Amino acid sequence: MIELGKYAGTVLAAYGVSLALLLGVIWQSVAANARARRALEAQEKNG
Amino acid sequence: MSIWEYANPVKFMRTSGAILPWAVAGAALCTVGGLVWGFLTPEDYKQGSTVKIVFIHVPAAMMAINIWVMMLVASLTWLIRRHHVSALAAKAAAPVGAVMTLIALATGAIWGQPMWGTWWEWDPRLTSFLILFLFYVGYIALWSAVEDPDSAADLTGWLCLVGSVFALLSRYAVLFWNQGLHQGASLSVAEGERMSAVYRYPLYLSMLGFFLLFLALLLIRTRTEIRRRRLAALQAREARA
Repeated sequence: MIELGKYAGTVLAAYGVSLALLLGVIWQSVAANARARRALEAQEKNG
Repeated sequence: MSIWEYANPVKFMRTSGAILPWAVAGAALCTVGGLVWGFLTPEDYKQGSTVKIVFIHVPAAMMAINIWVMMLVASLTWLIRRHHVSALAAKAAAPVGAVMTLIALATGAIWGQPMWGTWWEWDPRLTSFLILFLFYVGYIALWSAVEDPDSAADLTGWLCLVGSVFALLSRYAVLFWNQGLHQGASLSVAEGERMSAVYRYPLYLSMLGFFLLFLALLLIRTRTEIRRRRLAALQAREARA
């Protein structure tokens, strides 16, 4: 077990906030890319 | 072969498609490796376990500034040579830069509370970073607000030029004004100021990870923008027919 001492809350909060923001931008980027690819494929198929 | 060949969207899609899996794998490996390694480092005699925050804070701050510099280069390429891919790359980079700036501000505040006794201080570096974040938000908002893509690229390009002053200030604020709370460079090479190897190597790995993560996200997001542009062109052609 990693010992974080009296600053455990500080360290975990910093890592938690950062990972949430990073995962958020990664998810948004991948989801938007998948949506754009599907929309373009549908348009090219129909057109 | 010239770098301007990549201004061709088809060439860009082909090349970026080949690079992307490697960038994603490298980003995952180095970011997770650097952060886990950093998390396992021993406590610092002064900062205690809060030293572990440096492995996120420094790479995020470094990327916040460098992403703006990349946007500046891409914007200048658009303004001077009118290559659409460069304008779309600048647009694609902005949200990632905003997130990096927000991470640097948030982790700095969380670290500052126990170490400086305050969440926030109107210190030159902190303030210039906050202004840089506002520039990122303004840049993203301006892209959304202007309907014509070329006009949006022009206006955001000029905004990027103005914001570059604050990107540079964020980097050198500590040197310009030495009355602030924020310390100097974390990776000083000067004798006696150099970070211990125990912290330095995981920090290098984390910095490489953040750079590769940005590269992967930049490629994904630029590809998204190119697809949206192509979709809009096809829809416009269909509407005219």
